[in-house]
Amino acid sequence: MTERNYLTADYTLRSWFFTTDHKRIAILYFASLTMFFFIGGAAATAMRIELATPQADLVSDDIYNRLFTMHGIIMVWFFLIPSIPNTLGNFIVPLMIGARDLAFPRLNLLSWYVFMLGGSVTLFAILAGGIDTGWTFYTPFSTLYSNSYVMVAAAGVFIAGFSSILTGLNFIVTIHRLRAPGLTWYRLPLFIWSLYATSVILVLATPVLAITLVLIAVERFFGVGFFDPRIGGDPLLFQHLFWFYSHPAVYIMILPGMGVINELISCFSRKQVFGYKFVAWASLAIAALGFLVWGHHMFVTGQSLLASLVFSFMSFVVAVPSAIKVFNWTATLHKGSLRFDAPMLYALAFIGLFTIGGLTGLFLACLAFDVHATDTYFVVAHFHYIMVGGMVTAYFGGLHYWWPKITGRLYSEYWARAAAILIFLGFNLTFFPQFVLGAEGMPRRYHVYPPEFQVWNVLSSGGATILAAAYLLPLFYLGYSVFFGARAPANPWDAPGLEWQTSSPPPEHNFDVQPVVTRAPYQYSRKFEAQPQNA
Amino acid sequence: MRDSPAFARQFTSVSHRDESAELGMWVFIATEVLLFGGLLLAYFVYRHAYPQGFATGSRHTEIVIGTANTAILLTSSFLVAWAVEIFSAETRRLTAGLLAGAICLGLAFIVLKGIEYHGEYEEHLVPGIDFRFTGSLANGVQLFFIFYFIATAIHALHMIIGIGLLAVLALLCRNAPSTRHRAGLHSAALYWHFVDIVWIFLFALIYLPGRSIT
Repeated sequence: MTERNYLTADYTLRSWFFTTDHKRIAILYFASLTMFFFIGGAAATAMRIELATPQADLVSDDIYNRLFTMHGIIMVWFFLIPSIPNTLGNFIVPLMIGARDLAFPRLNLLSWYVFMLGGSVTLFAILAGGIDTGWTFYTPFSTLYSNSYVMVAAAGVFIAGFSSILTGLNFIVTIHRLRAPGLTWYRLPLFIWSLYATSVILVLATPVLAITLVLIAVERFFGVGFFDPRIGGDPLLFQHLFWFYSHPAVYIMILPGMGVINELISCFSRKQVFGYKFVAWASLAIAALGFLVWGHHMFVTGQSLLASLVFSFMSFVVAVPSAIKVFNWTATLHKGSLRFDAPMLYALAFIGLFTIGGLTGLFLACLAFDVHATDTYFVVAHFHYIMVGGMVTAYFGGLHYWWPKITGRLYSEYWARAAAILIFLGFNLTFFPQFVLGAEGMPRRYHVYPPEFQVWNVLSSGGATILAAAYLLPLFYLGYSVFFGARAPANPWDAPGLEWQTSSPPPEHNFDVQPVVTRAPYQYSRKFEAQPQNA
Repeated sequence: MRDSPAFARQFTSVSHRDESAELGMWVFIATEVLLFGGLLLAYFVYRHAYPQGFATGSRHTEIVIGTANTAILLTSSFLVAWAVEIFSAETRRLTAGLLAGAICLGLAFIVLKGIEYHGEYEEHLVPGIDFRFTGSLANGVQLFFIFYFIATAIHALHMIIGIGLLAVLALLCRNAPSTRHRAGLHSAALYWHFVDIVWIFLFALIYLPGRSIT
């Protein structure tokens, strides 16, 4: 079989590293992010081993500080934020909207190089001796007191930010300008809506992080700056600026996952997504409201009670569109013809884990409870349920769903389901005990703790072992499928989206004939057969 | 003028390509607004906290140079707008000339900025390097000058990038203009005007506070 596609078009290294094909750039990102995922995971592994006993036996406190900082920085900026947008999004967006590429292919390639430059600088900071500020770079510790490689790490994150901006810009222009004939906004798959909302956040929030990191660098370099309390500067201003970026960034880390779940739930229920317009606008509502809740990270900083009340209220408001999504996914399942293929297992896991993460987020939005839970493992468990239970699960779900399209090969369904179930079990065993630990008062970021906390920590470390093994599994069976898997047909799941109407893997220019869209997305016949969008 | 029929495979026509490029520049400007927005927020927080210090700091800036630079930048923007308006094969020399004029004005701005920086260094007003200001207002004045240097330095960096863009376009327009360069010129002009507008904000915030009190 020698059909020409984007993978077989050229085999030289040059054709990969200088490609402007969005599909190849997605593969470049996929390889890089996989590396960063396991580097960040290695730091987490070391922490969980250390935490198995109450005493310090593996690392010193200085090293432990560097471990959780490295874990946070790598996982947030070099895995979660680019994860779905830059791999699955890069690959699928043009295919889904019937375009031949993104609007600015060279900018797309540039964004990968910028990302790798930022990643290399950050890795250098880690290898040179690490950073001990936590991923949040709080002042004045980060500007005046820390003796670690803050400047270098901040430079790495600053550089990677430009990659985010370029990707967001490219997606916005692409979605506005390159939709196939007949593909109106309300005919767009919801994955596109969610990536559009994500891109708006990437473009509007990332520059605020950039300027904040510049202010940190100036203060560290010149020994005086905006956040310096010795001259009347306000360290809390840093927190405001940082969370003005980083809370919207939390939605960068979940909206694309929600987008993937729409595709999975619909395809494996053989039904259209319930309340399409509500789900579409919920994405944009989350993007907009997400800019107005940053103060809930600062309830205990002494900000005014009025500010805290408003931020608390807004945090409840932003939960509404998220809840709309969860209810609509559940309603989509209702009376569907359910199939439990591996991607669907990930999607169902996502709904459960995201719901727990979201509801505990509401606990933390309550002023009184937050005072009790601030900087405890309750917070750690909450955001890991969203980011790992939510986003990483959606990432794996989407990866399995589109794997036949990306590689043209089928993976072992048996192993894929086993990995999905193991990830679900391992994840819950790792992070649920941390809710208990947090509620009982164990603070985060310490590597020694009172012996009464040990039971829960051992459970968590044990779960982490299962989780680590489960995350390694796909490396083997997906890797195996690339070389030995059965050839995938164009539309293995019988789904209606445009990306399934072209061959697997797609040809270099995506479509041999420009598709013309005549239908809303997610249409299935009464016999649960997909009705392609380009009839 | 040479028509440039080549457009990349993702577009369906030349105008499709050009309008997409323009939208890209608008999105980029949205990013830039938030970049300067974060900085301006910090300014307003501290100006609110140290009104006297900021007024005093402002009175130590060179309003003559600041005003001259405002006039220079507005004139350069006018030249760029003119170049966009008349861009065609017949007027390529004039187009290139107008862009060269804008570039010269941009460079003049940078030179005047350098003279201004030098003056502030002489007066010991550079925080972190040489800052000597005593009295109860010293903190506010120092915060003012931290903002002053960071904001004007980032603005100057944008100017230098803009001058580079205009220089490339001036050469292209002079030697072999094609319809493709119309879109490029249009986007570069949008960027140049944006940098201009940022300066207008900076001018009002840096040079004008506290002037009426003396």
